[in-house]
Amino acid sequence: MAEALKDRSMLLQKEMLARHFERLARAPETGEPVVYTFVPGNLTELIRSFDALPVLPEINALQSGMRKLSGDYIAEAERAGHSEDVCTYVKCDIGMMRSGNLGPGGLKLPKPDLLLLSYTGCYTFMKWFELLREEYDCPTVMFHVPYQGDGVLEPEHRSYMLRQLREQVIPALEKATGRKYDEDKLRHHLALSAKAEDDLVAVLQAGKNRPSPIDGYFGTVYYVGPIFSAFRGTEEGVEYYRTLRAEVEERAALGLGPITPDGPLEGERYRLVVEGPPNWTSFRDFWKMFSDEKAVVVASTYTKVGGTYDFGFRHDPSDPLGTLADYCSGCYTNLNLPSRIDMICRYIEEYQADGFLINSVKSCNSFSAGQLMILREVEKRTGIPGAFIESDLVDPRYFSAANIKNRLESYFQMIDARRLGKTA
Amino acid sequence: MAAGHAPTRAELVEKARDIYDDLDFGAVRRWLAEHPGRKAAGYLPVYVPREIIHACGLLPVGIHGGGDRLEIIRGDAFYQSYICHLPRSVIELAQSGRLDMLSAVLFPSTCDVIRNLSGMWKLLYPDAYVRYIDVPQTPDREAGADFWESELRRLVDDLGAVSGHHPTDADLRASVELYNQTRAMVRSLYAARRERPWDLPSEELYVLLRAGEMIPPEEFIQLAREYLAAVEAEPGRPRDNSRVVVVGAFCEQPPLGLIISIERAGCYVVDDDFLLGNRFLLRDVPLDGDPVRALAEAFVSNDQCTSVLYESDPLGKKRVMQERVAAAGADGIIFATPSFCDPALLDQPMLRSGAEKACIPCIAFKYAENTGQFQQFREQAGTFADSIKLWGAA
Repeated sequence: MAEALKDRSMLLQKEMLARHFERLARAPETGEPVVYTFVPGNLTELIRSFDALPVLPEINALQSGMRKLSGDYIAEAERAGHSEDVCTYVKCDIGMMRSGNLGPGGLKLPKPDLLLLSYTGCYTFMKWFELLREEYDCPTVMFHVPYQGDGVLEPEHRSYMLRQLREQVIPALEKATGRKYDEDKLRHHLALSAKAEDDLVAVLQAGKNRPSPIDGYFGTVYYVGPIFSAFRGTEEGVEYYRTLRAEVEERAALGLGPITPDGPLEGERYRLVVEGPPNWTSFRDFWKMFSDEKAVVVASTYTKVGGTYDFGFRHDPSDPLGTLADYCSGCYTNLNLPSRIDMICRYIEEYQADGFLINSVKSCNSFSAGQLMILREVEKRTGIPGAFIESDLVDPRYFSAANIKNRLESYFQMIDARRLGKTA
Repeated sequence: MAAGHAPTRAELVEKARDIYDDLDFGAVRRWLAEHPGRKAAGYLPVYVPREIIHACGLLPVGIHGGGDRLEIIRGDAFYQSYICHLPRSVIELAQSGRLDMLSAVLFPSTCDVIRNLSGMWKLLYPDAYVRYIDVPQTPDREAGADFWESELRRLVDDLGAVSGHHPTDADLRASVELYNQTRAMVRSLYAARRERPWDLPSEELYVLLRAGEMIPPEEFIQLAREYLAAVEAEPGRPRDNSRVVVVGAFCEQPPLGLIISIERAGCYVVDDDFLLGNRFLLRDVPLDGDPVRALAEAFVSNDQCTSVLYESDPLGKKRVMQERVAAAGADGIIFATPSFCDPALLDQPMLRSGAEKACIPCIAFKYAENTGQFQQFREQAGTFADSIKLWGAA
């Protein structure tokens, strides 16, 4: 396979990640505290305000998937008694840990000083850190983010989150890091977050252009990488998103399509909205199935699991803990199904999509349970036909390339036929 | 049942079995017909505060799917093959009109599948009251109690609006007392089975509890009391069975044939997770003070160790199997887990490692509520029982 083409922001991100993982590898010597947490509902600004380094196990797992290591890690975990039925991120993470705990750059990841269990939008998170706690024998703090069952953040839920932040999470961070809570420092990080979020939203909404200068799914999982992981609320994050926005705006001004691993995509034919996480083990092949057909994803829901900024949320330094609660509550998988459907319908309308696709992953019930209902509802409301494909996050056994390609090709033919008025 | 005579055990079990078997929820429909103007509220596993449903004048109805008695026609169209069986069976019940007598349905925070089903219900049945019941997961008891109290008060208001009866503190206290009695009765049944499992086959206990979730609590207490009396009058004969704890079946329920197979294979089930919501609260809820606050505090001070709650004690998962086995006087553990059940399957490695460190024999298998073939389970359970007998004391 040819070397993937990389633009400036991708190289910048690569350098940032390399520095971060080198710093993590040195943490046992430098004494920098390490906090493991999850992408949805991550409290990166708070963690950074204690001068601690975040580690996101889902990011490590997906990186293992992309580097073709996850199959062996999953097998390792299944040999240790973990069921074939459960989340492969968890098994990949446990297998990685048992295989030497080498992170994405091949450097050893440090043990956590604290597991910050931000219980946001995913039941498995709770078990994941109970399992990791057994492996690492380290302190764990639970931060329960109530689900938006009725589609709104209820005031009592916000108060509950604020109280947990003050009375549980902050004291646990103080104890794990040996540092006092510094609210001004938190405000500083939050202000940096808001700047980066403005630029990220400009990038995401560039998908409204025709042609779209971004791929709102495959390309955007790279774009959201820094803000979903260790770099929200950092100067590096701000610089990355400023650079990225300039690149994307330049492409939009020139009427160019998105950058793909095989080069710029020209001649956009299909504009799609995608629901569900991607498959990581065959990520590039999966993307190619779209780009070969000149199909561009103009918006996706997966790229909102770490925050729904494009609907207006920004971290607010004037209300440091309140804004963290608001952020966590609004992450995509913490929204109920009607809210998710509303979001998808808005995307289809605002981004002028002519197709809608669900990639249903076996591992993730938080996403997958109810997706067939989402499909029907979105079709009913928008009149746009949907497609449904199945794969997994990081288990290579569940990616059937021929099957998925067939379905996609049929789907694109159906869109063509509709355009020609051959079907209702 | 013959008038004037104490009902026999067979009569009582048959009555419970009829209620359990009836997928049209005839018992619920009869109650509604006999109580004009009253309504019923369903709930999914594992835990909901039934006291509040009852205090609002609604009949609480447990929704546990259709087991192996329901052909899934519409339900499969809503779920992928890798999602557990319970939700498709619940959808099947609903789409076939069998749940149309429910004015409200509560979806507890058992897992993401049941959570997302709450949203589906909102879309499918916009006229029904739907609430996702998010129980507190923080180990901070005071914060958890405050949160849970606010959730319960919301439920009181909402269900009061559904039923047209906003309960007074006296109503709430009376319901709390009634459910204290219900739980005490369940504890009595479990204690009796633990002490004399040959007298209380799990098959009978199970259908009794299932029936209890479809009739008013007062009727369940009476039925269970009569059953216990009948058991005394008709004692069974002890067999040389192994005593086992069955773990993992707290949400999607096993088919009755599976429970029967385990016991017929030479195992006495002396503790289990079946219908866990019935005994989720391990102690009585205090009757003094504010009843809603009392319910909230009872929840956060409860010692129930279950997969659906966060375990804040790092040693909790390691210890719990030893404690349960000791309390039940069991010889071993059967991990009987529904396929694709995240809570049970993610917990299993932790629970099993704690058990095996304590040298407790374990086996594990998976089932679905509609599993129809039991031979493999019978063989596994039989071999397990034999191995305990042969080598357990070595």
